[in-house]
Formats: sequence, C-alpha cells, structure tokens
Amino acid sequence: MAGQPMIEMTNVNKWYGDFHVLTDINLKVEKGERIVICGPSGSGKSTMIRCINRLEEHQSGSIVVDGVELANDVKKIEAIRRDVGMVFQHFNLFPHLTVMENLTLAPIWVRKTPKAEAEANAMKYLERVRIPEQAQKYPGQLSGGQQQRVAIARALCMNPKVMLFDEPTSALDPEMVKEVLDVMVTLAQEGGVTMLCVTHEMGFARSVANRVLFMDRGQIVEENTPEEFFHNPQNARTKLFLSQILAH
Amino acid sequence: MAAVTARAPKSMFDSGLPGWIYRRLFSSPSNALITILLVWLALMTVPAAFDWLVISSVFDAEGTRACRAIDNGACWALILEKHRLILFGLYPYDQQWRPSIVVGLFLVLIGVSCSRRFWNLSLVPIWIVGIVAIAGLMWGGVLGLTFVPNERWGGLPLTLILSVFGMAFAFPLAILLALGRRSDLPIIKTICVTYIELIRGVPLISLLFMASVMFPLFLPEGMSIDKLLRAQIAIIMFAAAYQAEVIRGGLQAISKGQYEAAEALGLGYWQKTGFVILPQALRIVIPPMVNSLIALFKDTSLVVIIGLYDLMNAAKASFVDPAWRGASLEAYVFIGAIYFLFCFFMSKYSQALEAGFARAEKR
Ligand SMILES: Nc1ncnc2c1ncn2[C@@H]1O[C@H](COP(=O)(O)OP(=O)(O)OP(=O)(O)O)[C@@H](O)[C@H]1O
Ligand SMILES: [Mg+2]
Repeated sequence: MAGQPMIEMTNVNKWYGDFHVLTDINLKVEKGERIVICGPSGSGKSTMIRCINRLEEHQSGSIVVDGVELANDVKKIEAIRRDVGMVFQHFNLFPHLTVMENLTLAPIWVRKTPKAEAEANAMKYLERVRIPEQAQKYPGQLSGGQQQRVAIARALCMNPKVMLFDEPTSALDPEMVKEVLDVMVTLAQEGGVTMLCVTHEMGFARSVANRVLFMDRGQIVEENTPEEFFHNPQNARTKLFLSQILAH
Repeated sequence: MAAVTARAPKSMFDSGLPGWIYRRLFSSPSNALITILLVWLALMTVPAAFDWLVISSVFDAEGTRACRAIDNGACWALILEKHRLILFGLYPYDQQWRPSIVVGLFLVLIGVSCSRRFWNLSLVPIWIVGIVAIAGLMWGGVLGLTFVPNERWGGLPLTLILSVFGMAFAFPLAILLALGRRSDLPIIKTICVTYIELIRGVPLISLLFMASVMFPLFLPEGMSIDKLLRAQIAIIMFAAAYQAEVIRGGLQAISKGQYEAAEALGLGYWQKTGFVILPQALRIVIPPMVNSLIALFKDTSLVVIIGLYDLMNAAKASFVDPAWRGASLEAYVFIGAIYFLFCFFMSKYSQALEAGFARAEKR
C-alpha cells in the first residue's frame, strides 16, 4: 500500500549568508526505503540530512516528515525528532553517562517509558549491536567502533521511523569500520526503518541501498539504483567522483 | 643477551638517604642554590615563629598581667578568655549553645551537600529543614527559646550564614544567568548581560554599602528590610554574577555535538540542559568555581563596614578592651586559622571531586 511518503522535501533552499548551500532540493523517500547519499566534500550532504530533523533550518521550500511539516513550532520539531534517529560522524555520546544511561535517557524522559522497561529495551539493542557486556561502562572506556555501535543503539532505543547516518564510519580506524557496517547492514536487512545514509562506503551502498543520490554544489545531480549508479553513471561529475573514489 | 648492560659502579649517592637528598635537593647547581636559600629562610623564620607561637607564649594568665610581662610570645590567654566573644559575637552569653548547634548544623548541611549521593532533588527539602532550624535557633521566639534580634548575632555563625547561604542561593541564580546570557532570546540575553556586567563592575564593598545605606532610600516610607538580609542579598547578587561567568566558561567548552545529539533525541531545552549540558559544564568548572567560592567566603568579612559582627569584626572587638590591648595579632591568628580550615576543606574537596569524576569515567 503506497501511503504518504516518509519524507518529502520540496524546493528546499538554504543559505549560509551569501553562500547557497542547498539549491532546490526535491526528494521523496518512501517508508522503509534505504537511501545512500554521496558526493564531494562540502557539497551539502550533511546539511541536507540535518535539515530533516531541524538541526539546520532551511529558508525556503517545505520539508514534511511522516505527514508533519517542519516549521518554527518547537512542539512539532520535538515530535519529529522523537521519530527520527541520528548517528553522527563523531558519535556524540554523552561522556558523563554510562552506556546504559546514554541509551535510556531519552526513552525515560522523552517517551516516558518506565525505567525498568527502558533498560530491558536498551539491553535488547545492545545485544543487537553486539556489546551487551559494556552496558555499565562510560563511553571514554570504549573503542571508536564500540562507541559508534552504542550511538546506533541509542538512536534505535527511541524506536525511530527514520534513521539518519552522517558518515558513521569516516572517523573510525579501518579495522573498526566493518563492525559498524555489519550492524548497519543487519538493520537494513531487518527492514522497517527508513534509512538515509551519507557515506562513501560503496560496498554498503551496493548491498543495501534502494537508491543512491549524488550531490554536488548543493544540488542532487543524480539519483539512481545502485546497479545503474555504479555501472552506468549519467552525469559527468558523477563519473569523475566515482573514478576518484573507486580508484583507491 | 646483549641488552644486559653493566650496572654503573655503586657510589654512596646511588641509594639510601644520601642518594635521595642528592637527587631531590642538590642535583644541579641551581637546585643546590635554591635548597640552600630555602633552608636559610626556614632557619630565619621557623624557630622565631615557633618561639612566639609556643615556647614563649602564655596560655594561662590570671588576668592580663602575665601577658603584659612577656614581649616576644603570643598571649593565648586572650583566646582562652575571649573565644566566645570571637566565635559568637554579642549573642547573649547564656544562650550561646544555640549558635553552637547552628555551626554544627551548617557542618552537616555542607557535608550532605558535598556528598554525591545527595545530588538530586532531596537536597531541596534538606536545605529547607536546615534553614528553618537555623533560623529558629538563631532568632528563637519559638519552642520556649528567648528571642534574639539579629543585631546581636555575630562571629562564626554569622560568617557561615552570609557565606554558605550566599553560595547556596547564588548557585542556581548563577546557572540561570549563565544560560540566559547564551539565550537566543534578545530580551533575556540583554537582561543577563546587563546584570552581570553591572554587578561585576562594582566592588563588593560598595555593593554592601549601597545595600546598607542607599537601598533603604528607595523603599517606600515605613517599609524596611533588615540590615543583615540586605547584606545577604548583596552577597548573593555579587556571587551570582561571578559564578555565572565561571559557569558560562564551562558551557562554552561543551562541543556543539553534545547539543545536537541531545536535540536529535527529542530532548527539550530543560532536559537537554539539565541532563547533558550542565553536568558536563559544571564538572569542567569545578576548580575556578571553588576558587571563587573561597574568595567569597573570605570576602564576607567586608560586612565589617556596615557594622555586622562577623568573625572578623568579633575578633576586632575582642581586643578593644584596654586590658587586652596589644593582643590583636593573636586574635587574627586565631580567626585566620578558622578561615584557613574552611578554605582548606573547600580546596581539598574540589580536588577529591575532580579525581572522583576522572576515576569513574576514564579507565
Ligand atoms: N555553519 C556554517 N556556516 C557557514 N557555512 C557552512 C556552515 N556549515 C557548513 N557550511 C558550508 O556549507 C557547505 C556544505 O557543508 P556540509 O557539511 O553540508 O558538506 P558535506 O557535503 O557534508 O561535506 P563533508 O563530506 O566534508 O562532510 C560547505 O561548503 C561548508 O563550508
Ligand atoms: Mg558532512
């Protein structure tokens, strides 16, 4: 049943002062879709996905998430943020809280889940990201890969409808990239959650994405299935980008 | 194998006490020079101080005659004789058990507030009970206690009232000011900036003076606020402005990522601030905050200028008596020791707190 799309961005524009970061972004993401976004540095990938949960404010156009339009209404913004999980490049775990406290903070205070239930749920997600034994540690005591998996579990504990990933593996040592990608692949294969992922991990894009977007200078210049995108790129800039990124 | 190197030949400087002395104190010409200078300084001062403080001092003088007779020793007889005046000021002599209990209550209140187990909302009722008990004991007029007007309060309890309540009430106010100064709302931001800059630009002593002399001029006819309360408010306002700037420093040190992570989870402003930002910011500012609390504790002695009998003023009162004239140094050493004990505790406590956090979170 094709209901309303999960995310619908229409003619979205954003400026930083004179600098036009996002130009006429139009994007429709269906429920359960998995989208990979790539493009050169500074092309506006982070800015675009951060507009979806209002970490950045757009200046014109409309963004509708699960039927709710993002406007200057704090209550609506908080409602959307509850349903949109985000995983950051630098993890952004709360260093003064244990892993368990990181995972249960929002469920307890935002979702008003009873503490015992929130902890049981958190344990379930820690098992899914394969680090249940670290529950009582502080983030500073974990490796980068473990921290990023905790960050994914933290977002999942809110039962989000959408998950945004902003280069989740690019701050990790190479040997830890796989453990994080494995978790993300599992999540994608289980289905249910709509995923938007900014990444240059092309293997990940090939195996899980329904669509790959290529951004350049604030525009979505190409959008295709992974198969077509990698083997038959249309745009000259996409070709150049792919040749650079696949060269090494 | 080849890695086994021959030990250097043993000399008397290798180990034991001579070795330790050599390595720690004389390892280079400049170190040796510093050591010699310090030893010389110690020889010049320590014996003389010890002589004044202990050997030549008079502890038990019948009256003041023995003290008059000595000229190079401390007259501790003054303290023996006048310690209750210094500690409790002009509080009625036969009622001084009440301020003694108040000092004890303060120590309990400080102890509880310093313990991390109580760092939650239970502190609010604890403080309310504490304040009511302290007020009841000091003023009296209830439960058969005779009424003591606060003009007669003095000494250590008064210093503790001004400083501990000053810190306790300034702290939440300072947090609000620091948050307000970083607010996106221009009105709130302007109010907070104006307040902080205005108060910081004025010395505490003139704030106290204004509170004492000028403030009543602005009040409507017939209405008056007690002098002690005015001084207390001035101290709270002053401390809040300084603490606010210290706390703001901590807020600035928190990375943008922490705000974003909290927001992305759907936490509202107060949840984000209370659970994520403030706990981290306050941790960072423990050393400068304790530094300014120590300064505040000693600054309360400035209430001397509006005639409140805090520890400092009470000490002064102890040697105006012609019989004890000349024993001012002893009184100052005595209250100096009291001030030092409290400040030393604050300093040690802040170190322990920092070490505790570091131990818990990194290993
Ligand atoms: N707060 C800001 N103020 C001004 N310019 C900004 C700001 N944030 C980002 N920009 C600019 O906007 C552009 C897009 O930034 P964005 O972070 O979205 O790029 P990106 O595609 O995610 O790049 P990267 O791969 O390096 O993360 C960049 O040129 C950046 O310099
Ligand atoms: Mg980016």
